[in-house]
Amino acid sequence: MDEKQASAAHGRRSEFWRGVRDTLPLVIGAIPFGIIFGTLSTKAGLSVAGTMGMSLFVFAGSAQFIAMGLVGAGTAWPLIVLTTFVVNFRHLLYTATLLPDLKRLPRRWQILLAFGLTDETFAVAVGRWRQPDSNLHKHWYQFGSMLFMYANWNACTAIGLVAGRVLSDVGGWGLDFAMVAAFIGMVLPYLKDKPNYIAVLVAGASAVLFHGLPHQLGLIVAAIAGIVAGVVTETLMARGGISNASTVGEE
Amino acid sequence: MQTLFLVAGMALVTFSIRYILLPLSGRLRFSDGMQRALRYVPPSVLTAIIVPAALMPDGRTLSLSWTNPYLVGALLTVLIGWFSKHLLVTILGGMVGFAVWQWVLTLI
Repeated sequence: MDEKQASAAHGRRSEFWRGVRDTLPLVIGAIPFGIIFGTLSTKAGLSVAGTMGMSLFVFAGSAQFIAMGLVGAGTAWPLIVLTTFVVNFRHLLYTATLLPDLKRLPRRWQILLAFGLTDETFAVAVGRWRQPDSNLHKHWYQFGSMLFMYANWNACTAIGLVAGRVLSDVGGWGLDFAMVAAFIGMVLPYLKDKPNYIAVLVAGASAVLFHGLPHQLGLIVAAIAGIVAGVVTETLMARGGISNASTVGEE
Repeated sequence: MQTLFLVAGMALVTFSIRYILLPLSGRLRFSDGMQRALRYVPPSVLTAIIVPAALMPDGRTLSLSWTNPYLVGALLTVLIGWFSKHLLVTILGGMVGFAVWQWVLTLI
């Protein structure tokens, strides 16, 4: 290995470990989610293989929680897949954001990094890509971040699966409430402005209103209602008045 | 078999969303409206799950009562989250609150 190769290898390693280090707080935050997912999923009726398979192959925390909830409610699998599409559709925006950087990478790198483009790794990696230095190994930073998240997520799922077997009556401990608590914790940071409040209020009210629809379709209807309400509110505010309702149709 | 379809379907859908723009590359541009709409996806979807879970624990009937531990627990979680601004504290606090309230209800 000549000197140039040696320094390139060093650059890759240091980027990788920087990515790992910067992702640590998010990994800690994901630990209860992973364990709770593993603990509750078998209670919801998902098999051990299905639970582990989701963490290994889907690798999308909120979608996995929602899928678990839907399995527990007896939802047909095509609708759970459709819900996964709706829930994860936001990731399209992540890829769009990173497109200028990722499109220069070889195909195998694109596939690898796309697989691990979770909310957490996106949030960390976008900061590194935006730094002005022309380091050629920034993709190793993102790889370090995703690998740490991935290893942690799967380890926690496995721990949860074991814990769920040992502790027979976990439901009575409030663990079946954990998903509600976790989702509330995830929604609260969004409540920073009026459009988000309106979106959440409309989504929540619609969810109760349309709850009777078959196959959990009410969830998708309610989510779309919330999204539309948020966009409409934002548009009206930008045009200088909530009261100016006649402009809604232009959106 | 159902589980295999479920996991494979979810994996395919999730990977496709995260990957599809890369081979299509450059020429694509999201409209402003689309970009804004995507930002409301996480809070809307999550809320659409939370609210029925808290208000209709049996999956059918509205239970707007302090004897509904899911509702009381959810309100407690919101309060804790609002003041702590800390995800871990919010989740654990909410779970403890729920468990305690469930226990209190068995005493009444």
